[in-house]
Amino acid sequence: METLALFSFGPEGWGDELAGGTWLTVRLAAATLPFGLALGLLVAFARRSKWKALRISSNTFTTVFRGLPELLTIFIVYYGGQLLLQKLISTVSDAQVTLSSFVAGMVALGLVFSAYASEVFVGAFKNIPQGHYDAAYALGMRRIPTLYLVVLPQFVRLALPGVANLWLILLKDTALVSVIALSDLMRQTYVAVGATKQPFAFYLAACLIYLTMSIVSSFGITAIERWSERGDRH
Amino acid sequence: MNLELLARYGPRMLEGLLVTIELVAISVTIGAVLALPIAFARMSRHRWLRAVSFAYVYFFRGTPLLAQTYLVYYGSGQFRPFFNSIGMWWFFREAFLCCLLTFTLNTAAYQAEILRGAIRAIAQGQREAAMSLGLKPHQTFLKVILPQALIIALRPLGNEIILMIKGSAVAAIVTVFDLMGATRLAFARSFDISVYLWAAVLYLILVESLRRLWNRLEQRMTRHMAITGVRA
Repeated sequence: METLALFSFGPEGWGDELAGGTWLTVRLAAATLPFGLALGLLVAFARRSKWKALRISSNTFTTVFRGLPELLTIFIVYYGGQLLLQKLISTVSDAQVTLSSFVAGMVALGLVFSAYASEVFVGAFKNIPQGHYDAAYALGMRRIPTLYLVVLPQFVRLALPGVANLWLILLKDTALVSVIALSDLMRQTYVAVGATKQPFAFYLAACLIYLTMSIVSSFGITAIERWSERGDRH
Repeated sequence: MNLELLARYGPRMLEGLLVTIELVAISVTIGAVLALPIAFARMSRHRWLRAVSFAYVYFFRGTPLLAQTYLVYYGSGQFRPFFNSIGMWWFFREAFLCCLLTFTLNTAAYQAEILRGAIRAIAQGQREAAMSLGLKPHQTFLKVILPQALIIALRPLGNEIILMIKGSAVAAIVTVFDLMGATRLAFARSFDISVYLWAAVLYLILVESLRRLWNRLEQRMTRHMAITGVRA
């Protein structure tokens, strides 16, 4: 019962702190997703490009960010980005700037996400048969309608399982930003443990919250998948 | 490149690299041993066995490795009198051993799912053929199903080891001096961002060598299938 009281909301309990942390975790993941998807799409295009230099650099990009530990990427972006930003600013003024850890976390996780997403996208493009482009051309469709009436619906369906998987990984990876002092769920739990000396109860609670987020996401993913396959029913 | 810095922290980081390799090698190996019974439990006829193994796998795959590591390392402190009484406190006191335990449990869950998927992917006809040849169930599994399943599982298992190498960096947060830990220490003392870049190079070399080794292993294990070009 005493332990339960620790999770209550209000000044006594830590429920509101954990809820705030959860909210930040969700916000971070939700902010990273569009950034990662857009960058991933660009990288995927670059990997299919006619220019060799573009292909080589995009392949290097994916190899690097798929090979580095996410934690290391976060540190490099956080400290390196800070340094870079300071250098850029110092050329125009001598004001002190700090890179917000939210932005650093978002950029770092987005880089990792996009490296994996580009693999998914390249695979999805490969799975759209050339015949579909030819058929659209034979029907007299222009490039843009072909793209969003023929290619896009199939692309979404083919890429969705991979992207859904990446989203679940992203949700878990957000825990790592707690090391750059962002008050996400993991960090708030850490703070709560420091005050209450109940590490097991609190870390278990944090795990269960992450688990709940995964389960809720899975439901959402199933719904989106059903929607994307609506043209594929027999 | 700052040579003085390299001379001071380079050896420490290489030692850290060894700790990382040790951590991953041990946990992946023990995890592989645990994975098979867990995969069996997931496919068992007994409902409670299925439920328990499902909960185990879901928990370890659905929560961050960092949270799991905290749960074991810091969480065990809450039960210190208990662990003292059964003479196990020496184990949970060591951050390295706690990481080893967490990583092993984590990778066992992932590997069990990989194995389960691979076993289920083997065509039913293989089982029926073995049965009609009069093979006993354990012979069927060991000589017909498992060898084929392992070939299917090989590539995802390689990816799992790479994920473990990357994931093992969280050990640094609970004071283990693996490659990441040694690098953080070097950065905290020198404030030179290049130490992180050296660590990045070392991690990339590690991951890339494993990937090449794994490609070679796959080629060797599938060489009997090379003629028809059939790839599992």
